[in-house]
Amino acid sequence: MTINYENLNSIQLDVLKELGNIGAGNAVTALSKMINKRVNMDVPRVEICEFKEVPEILGGAETPVAGIYFRVNGDITGNMMFILPINSAKVLLDMLMGPFRHGDDFTEMDISAMEEIGNILAGAYVSSLSGLTGMRLAISVPALAVDMAGAVLSVPVIQYGHMGDSVMLIETHFFEGDQSVKGNFFLIPDADSFEKLLKRLGVA
Amino acid sequence: MVGSVIKIGMADLSAARDPSVLITLGLGSCVGICLYDPINKIIGMAHVMLPSSADIKNNGNKAKFADTAINVLIEHMSDLGANRSRLTAKIAGGAQMFSFKSANDLMRIGERNVEAVKRELEKHSIPVIAEDVGGNYGRSIEFDSANGELRIKTIGHGKKTI
Repeated sequence: MTINYENLNSIQLDVLKELGNIGAGNAVTALSKMINKRVNMDVPRVEICEFKEVPEILGGAETPVAGIYFRVNGDITGNMMFILPINSAKVLLDMLMGPFRHGDDFTEMDISAMEEIGNILAGAYVSSLSGLTGMRLAISVPALAVDMAGAVLSVPVIQYGHMGDSVMLIETHFFEGDQSVKGNFFLIPDADSFEKLLKRLGVA
Repeated sequence: MVGSVIKIGMADLSAARDPSVLITLGLGSCVGICLYDPINKIIGMAHVMLPSSADIKNNGNKAKFADTAINVLIEHMSDLGANRSRLTAKIAGGAQMFSFKSANDLMRIGERNVEAVKRELEKHSIPVIAEDVGGNYGRSIEFDSANGELRIKTIGHGKKTI
């Protein structure tokens, strides 16, 4: 039987959710180190949701978002995406670049800074996954897209579409001073890697 | 007369009589297939995600795949009184949202979706009379039963009607 998010049992789900929690926590810690400021976070919300609902979570299919996409290689393979509303992306850039950032448009500099933020967040996430499972994992160079939520999300959703009609979404909300950033992680193991991952976690 | 506006989600499809507008928001690598019977003014739209259901086990949702969605859509339109031999198609979407240096097949999914949709339409002898596909940006589309116009909106890549 193909494993997908719809036919996981509750123990498997809990383990995956916890994995999401820990990964997001590590990612935010990495961000805090990078900007050298205290960053607080809410407990991440981890949910299995149907494709159709996903754009709504980000404020609708036409809401502008920034999505940073990675390929995961190693003992398991898959894809990873960090996606955040455009306003949150701007707040994040302000945190990182401070007074050096100007204007509302995304400059070359902003794009490469955004990719770097994604790199650090995804790297921290994947390394916690690797630490917990003892698997060797590495992420590819990031790719960035700034566009409508539905369009950006279509990429991970299509990859997931090979297996089922739902995805696991990890929503994190973090704060620095009075600024707040909302971001979402998607971890999308390839079909044959999903089982491997569950085995390594001891819940196959 | 104000018609009904029907929103088509991902892996979803619908057909409607005049006056109606079918919309899909934020098409990325997926393809929006719009079929029209200009005499009876019956429209149909499918939002497909993948080229083929053949090599996928979990393929219950027919609206998800190019090869199965078109069949179902034509059936729905016929039920409303559309004449199959009169149907014409307009398609939009199939973008490549992210560019990776090592272009693997998964990244080319938009292009493969468009190819599959055209192949399927050809099988049904439905001519593609207009298209707005490819690129690296998302599209929102609106299909109007009054005249078969397909209106396309983007972020930063303008608006057009095909």
